[in-house]
Amino acid sequence: MPAGDPSRAGLCHRPPSFWVCSGCISCSSVPAHKRPFGFPSWLARSCLENTDPRTRGRGIQLLSQVLLQCYSLLQEKEVLHLVLFYENRLQDHHLVIPSVLQGLRALSMCEVLAPGLAVSVLKAIFQEVHVQSLLQLDRHTVYSIITNFMGTREEELKSLGADFTFGFIQVMDGEKDPRNLLVAFQIVRDLIVKNYALGPFVEELFEVTSCYFPIDFTPPPNDPHGIQREDLILSLRAVLASTPQFAEFLLPLLIEKMDSDLQSAKLDSLQTLAACCAIYRQKELQEFLPSLWSSLRREVFQTASEKVEAECLAALHALSACLSRSVLSSDTEDLLDSFLSSVLQDCRHHLCEPDMKLVWPSAKLLQAAAGASLRTCHRITRSVVPLLLEQYTKHPQSSQRRTILEMLLGFLELQQKWGHVEEDESALLSLRAPVCSVVFSAMTDPSVQLQLVGIRVLTVLGSLQGFLSPPDLELVVDHLLRLILHEEDSQSSEAAMEAAGSLAPIYPQIFSGRMVPRLGEELQSEREEEGSRAPRSLQQRCLQALAAVSTHTSIVRETIPVLLQHLRRVQKGSEAGNAQDVVSVCQSLHRVALQCQQDAESCWYYHQTVVPCLLAMAVQAAMQESTHPLQGKALLEEEALAAMVPVISAASTHLSPELAAQSVSHVVPLFLDGEVSFLPQNSFPCSFQPFEGGERLEAQRRLVALLMAFVCSLPRNVVIPQQERLLRELLALSCSCNCPFTATTAAKCFAGLVNKHPAGQQLDEILQLAVNRMEPGLAEGPHRTQALTLLLWVTKALVLRYHPLSSRLTDKLLGLLGDAELGPVAADGFSLLMADSPDVLHKGCHADVRIMFRQRFFTDNVPKLVQGFHGAGPDVKANYLKGLSHVLNHLPKPVLVTELPTLLPYKARVIRALAKPLDDKKRLVRKEAVAARGEWFLLGSPGR
Amino acid sequence: AGGFAAGIPRRHSQAYLFLLCCSVFPEIHPLTLEELNVVEQVRVKVNDAESTVAVEFTPTIPHCSMATLIGLSIKVKLIRSLPERFKVDVHITPGTHASEHAVNKQLADKERVAAALENSHLLEVVNQCLSARS
Repeated sequence: MPAGDPSRAGLCHRPPSFWVCSGCISCSSVPAHKRPFGFPSWLARSCLENTDPRTRGRGIQLLSQVLLQCYSLLQEKEVLHLVLFYENRLQDHHLVIPSVLQGLRALSMCEVLAPGLAVSVLKAIFQEVHVQSLLQLDRHTVYSIITNFMGTREEELKSLGADFTFGFIQVMDGEKDPRNLLVAFQIVRDLIVKNYALGPFVEELFEVTSCYFPIDFTPPPNDPHGIQREDLILSLRAVLASTPQFAEFLLPLLIEKMDSDLQSAKLDSLQTLAACCAIYRQKELQEFLPSLWSSLRREVFQTASEKVEAECLAALHALSACLSRSVLSSDTEDLLDSFLSSVLQDCRHHLCEPDMKLVWPSAKLLQAAAGASLRTCHRITRSVVPLLLEQYTKHPQSSQRRTILEMLLGFLELQQKWGHVEEDESALLSLRAPVCSVVFSAMTDPSVQLQLVGIRVLTVLGSLQGFLSPPDLELVVDHLLRLILHEEDSQSSEAAMEAAGSLAPIYPQIFSGRMVPRLGEELQSEREEEGSRAPRSLQQRCLQALAAVSTHTSIVRETIPVLLQHLRRVQKGSEAGNAQDVVSVCQSLHRVALQCQQDAESCWYYHQTVVPCLLAMAVQAAMQESTHPLQGKALLEEEALAAMVPVISAASTHLSPELAAQSVSHVVPLFLDGEVSFLPQNSFPCSFQPFEGGERLEAQRRLVALLMAFVCSLPRNVVIPQQERLLRELLALSCSCNCPFTATTAAKCFAGLVNKHPAGQQLDEILQLAVNRMEPGLAEGPHRTQALTLLLWVTKALVLRYHPLSSRLTDKLLGLLGDAELGPVAADGFSLLMADSPDVLHKGCHADVRIMFRQRFFTDNVPKLVQGFHGAGPDVKANYLKGLSHVLNHLPKPVLVTELPTLLPYKARVIRALAKPLDDKKRLVRKEAVAARGEWFLLGSPGR
Repeated sequence: AGGFAAGIPRRHSQAYLFLLCCSVFPEIHPLTLEELNVVEQVRVKVNDAESTVAVEFTPTIPHCSMATLIGLSIKVKLIRSLPERFKVDVHITPGTHASEHAVNKQLADKERVAAALENSHLLEVVNQCLSARS
């Protein structure tokens, strides 16, 4: 290439005027049809007219590469000339062709291509180029040209009619490269879905693509192109399943390949069949239905592969759905009906042999067909359900009955899918009596497994609207009650509770009228008659069932009073273990609270009823305790109060801001000023002053736990009245109270409020106050532990919300690791900082929690922990390690893995150091050393 | 009992070493080597005084393709768990594997064991066998 001449080189640097350099054209001796408009004459002379095809090729290559860079700048007239030039060059020597195609590809991207040129380029390519004798890249170029034109000149190409289709068939015939096939398949798919004329070439087009089916391609190892077998499968399937016109050729192919020895071929055929069913009509399927059915049946009956079975069932489902969809004209045969008849004929009789191998495959086939449409569902249930009912009676063994009932369950679940069914259409309705009697017999069978299936069937029947009659429903409730209360097996009894829970919202009246009163009676009566059964377990079941059945607002209004009434009775009782009873009631109340959260009305009813009642009971107990200190009250024990916390919390988190504000205006004055007027029983012997000093009031102070549960669960935008005063009281209590439970609770409550407190001067002041109280408390005196607890909770509250003060408090905590007395507690405190707390300071109670707080804490504080460790005396070194391990333990694993190398410089030293105790005299020491050394070997090593 | 012989404590007993071998799991296999009868206590020999350990292991079938990996894993486990003074010999129970000689040679060759553990893929597989299961 003559690149040495500076004046000519300069010329090349002036596009786009380069192309309109008229000076060049005038001095050119190359005939115009061999030379593009404006092509520099020196180049034309030296390359394009050169007799050596290689040199000519290089010239065109240069031109094409330039065009690929600047095709968007070309003018229409220039494009015309270039197209004519390139078309002409297609007749040139085969060495030149790759470069010519590159140029045409550049031109195919020009927006200014004049009408008619796209067709002319394609005709020239179809005519002059034998595409499959080109290299892969050049074939790819041809596909790209076609794709570009199809994207922008659709109408023009369609004017070619079926010639375009035929031309393309010849282009791709014999293609072998997976990269090219992906493009070619896409072109064929576009031809079909964009309605290009296929003319007489449907079969040819099918042949040229279906010859790749089923795809058998394994990418070479380290394949840089990243084409997977699945890519090819899906893109070929998109072609084959794109038009009903292929049906007559494709269906025989699929039937043949379903019988293949290769599982992948089977699966591909089945999936392709299912895809075809989405667009086929009766017409296409008619002729092949018998063979399709017999292939599907054979595969399901014979296969050992769950995958093949699943795909067969999916294909049968799709096939039935396709037949159901077709609109019938009056004179054609109903193919669906005859198809289902053959399915029934081949499968039905196997259902009568519950011990035989084919029973489940048959049931699954029938269910796959039945699930396709309302019509298939009717047709099949009408035939199968009576048969199953009859078989249930014929087979007395519970294992056989279980199989039959499980099949019945499957068919009923399909019925459920179609929702409410017209009465005259429902074949099922006429079978109500026998179905119910079978289900009730299963529920009374001694076999727990059969009972469980019976319960599931019952749940489905209940959800079929209008199926169960009122007398049936009464029986249903009685059976469930019997299982809940008296069935030995807890599995059955729990399943019955869950069934009651899911049926209750459908039939609220019968459950609140018949089940709830019975459960209430049992709860009361069991105390008097202490029979052979452990009464506590019966009581436990009643409580669980009351909670489980509280799934409808009208039922909640019945169960809550029963549960609260029971709580009052427990509190009055004087037996040992009462606290455990309180916990049980609270667990049930908690479950109900969670079930009420989504329904605003139930939520408010629950809050209004339960929260004041619990507060009143607790206040009363606390006052009695103050006057008669020796009478131990179950309600005031730590575990009882701790169980009430989640109840109140769950009752408060989902309140609307208005209702929450209403409630908070009662609860806060109760604790600050002893305002008891809103409590249900509000005549108390003395005043309620939880924040007052004095030994006698210890019991009242414990109730701060209930205040915490309420006030720390409110949405962040609810304004808390007298918040400043409340915070000061909590602060004082947390630092001065001798009882660890009360002090910790006060600290948590303070922290929960501080976390949600809006930033600003007020918050800074209250935090300063807290620091001022903590620091002297930590330094010395009888309440050092309390001060540390407060420090931990406040630090947590601030770390979670990225408050600037948090680092100062964390440093304080790090300093305490070196404290001989408080060090170990401070070290464990790092676990508290990093872990999710169950009652306050978590997302569920609207706390301000930044998602990356753990990572941030890790980056900020681990270097300090490591540094502290090195500087610490031998007696407190362990505290730093413990703190570090707590931080690492709670770090998300991906973060830990990336950060670990920073800790690994010690790995080799540790492994060496641990070699010595491997030889220790004591076996226990050796054992620990082996375990630790093994772990250290694995740390940061592959395979972990 | 009988932990002292000629004044030298018998700290590393046969039973103890057997337990160590049992904690090796063949890759993605739900059973331990003990349950598979690949290692048996009688085929573990230990001489604490002379600091030698010899373990014979029995591949499940004569053509077991995992024999080398299992042997290597047992050897690595013992090297990591025993004091350095011990010489660890791991080999196939005579007559139980088609390539017995080749595998034994490979396992006895210090250089080749070290080289195997330099290979990150192989190390990964060995580590998986040595990760404690919960």
